[in-house]
Amino acid sequence: MLIKQASDIRSSEITDKKVYLNRREFIRAAAITGAAAGLLGAEALAPVSAAAKGAPHGRKLATIKKGFALNAPDKVNAWEDITSYNNYYEFGSDKSDPAEMARNFKTEPWTVTIDGECNKKGVMNLEDVLKGETLEERVYRHRCVEAWSMIIPWVGFPLANFIKRCEPTSKAKYVEFYTLYDPKQMPGTRVPVLRWPYVEGLRMDEAMHPLTILVAGLYDEVLPNQDGAPLRLAVPWKYGFKHIKSIVKVRFVERQPLNTWQQQAPDEYGFYANVNPGVDHPRWSQNTERRIGEFLRRKTVMFNGYGDQVASLYTGLDLRRNY
Amino acid sequence: MDSVDNKSAFRIPHSALIRWLLKPAVFLAGLGPVAWLIWAALTNNLSANPLEDLTHETGVWTLRFLCVTLSITPLRRLTGWNALIRFRRMTGLFAFFYGSLHVLIYAIADRYAGLDLTNGYVTPSVFRELVKSVGEDIYKRPYITVGFTAFTLLVPLALTSTAGMIRRLGGKRWNQLHRLVYVSAILGVVHYWWLVKADIRRPLAYGIVVGALLIFRVWWSRLRTAVTWKKSPDPVRRSV
Repeated sequence: MLIKQASDIRSSEITDKKVYLNRREFIRAAAITGAAAGLLGAEALAPVSAAAKGAPHGRKLATIKKGFALNAPDKVNAWEDITSYNNYYEFGSDKSDPAEMARNFKTEPWTVTIDGECNKKGVMNLEDVLKGETLEERVYRHRCVEAWSMIIPWVGFPLANFIKRCEPTSKAKYVEFYTLYDPKQMPGTRVPVLRWPYVEGLRMDEAMHPLTILVAGLYDEVLPNQDGAPLRLAVPWKYGFKHIKSIVKVRFVERQPLNTWQQQAPDEYGFYANVNPGVDHPRWSQNTERRIGEFLRRKTVMFNGYGDQVASLYTGLDLRRNY
Repeated sequence: MDSVDNKSAFRIPHSALIRWLLKPAVFLAGLGPVAWLIWAALTNNLSANPLEDLTHETGVWTLRFLCVTLSITPLRRLTGWNALIRFRRMTGLFAFFYGSLHVLIYAIADRYAGLDLTNGYVTPSVFRELVKSVGEDIYKRPYITVGFTAFTLLVPLALTSTAGMIRRLGGKRWNQLHRLVYVSAILGVVHYWWLVKADIRRPLAYGIVVGALLIFRVWWSRLRTAVTWKKSPDPVRRSV
């Protein structure tokens, strides 16, 4: 089998988009006809209407460093997959909701508050967060705790760079992240489905790891709203829910943060959330995963295949207990 | 010539209307969801994870048809339109139909697709592995256990849905057997509830509907017992 590098594939993917856009128009028309026929429930139509609208896109990012050594060699998922199938509960709990509900989400102006055990507390504009950073393409495997996965060409920069600029003190053992909580813009947060705002956390060494990035783009473009614009996390050896979206606050803390999903169901979601086929979620097996776009399931790999890079972070830690 | 035709030349007998118009209409409507799902799957019109959509949609439609089936008796009682009973077998069988699709899609998309198929896609050993994999899943995961039980309970009901079986079992025993549908509906809701991650609003809605339909039955039978008891000393009045 010919293994393509992501950079080889992308141009063809972009060509595909126009085809997809036409298809969407067709789908929308079809969906309307279907609705008129009155045979279908609104639920059944939801995925169609969301896909039909799509995301505003075309805002290219300038100068992106390419050729990251650890880019996933597999076929990269299409823009449409990555932007229409999202878990972003602030915009609704169906996968198709965020694409629809986040369309008018305001990401400008955007500020990030820096707080806790560090010397550079304060509020930063997004431009200042990005200033001086070289944006780099990172084609990562993305594994959701729900046992599906995608290959995603993120654009971002190491979180470590940002953390260094914050000058954490010796008391900073963990980093805590907060998603924006704005019921006016985020209809999902008007219902107490989860504890808002969404909180995630990393141990300091995980946060400083070169694979951990702050993401500002996707497919060389500005990150779409439904994917966590304007700034989200990517920690590729952890389940998707650790990849907190639309970050407005970073806090350095001494104690292990209580992340939202752990707070929601502690026996199902832990703090570490490392991809681990050996530890099943109580409701579904983590042994295999469905790569979006494929029929046969793939075997899930320990640390999502990033074991060589990150296993050493967890020597001596019982990963069965610290799931 | 019967009296119906004497009243109006255009009047269609009620029974024929149901048989030739309403029943086919309900039948076609019942096929609507699966027709739509097939069309949507073939035209790439589902989400990025179409197999999950097919699994979820067929599951939800099973619950919906169970709710429709369970609402027929209450509607009959409340409206007095007894002909509704003639649709109950059909809606019940549609629940079974969507339940069967749901289980089939789960077995293929979730279990079969996760097997090691390097030595061939359809071999006796693959079949054995599939049965084992489904069995293990039913044993291991409570929401699958409950969902599979809910489906299994529908099997004897579908098998005894024919007029012949009703006759053979006798009305009373048949009725008792078919009360399993209450258990199946409750387990179906529990299955849905345990499956969702955080947003329980939809399973809750189905729980409320199923709960209300079951409570109605309890309430109605108590009411009837009370009325019968009250009126029993006077058999003349009772017949009024």
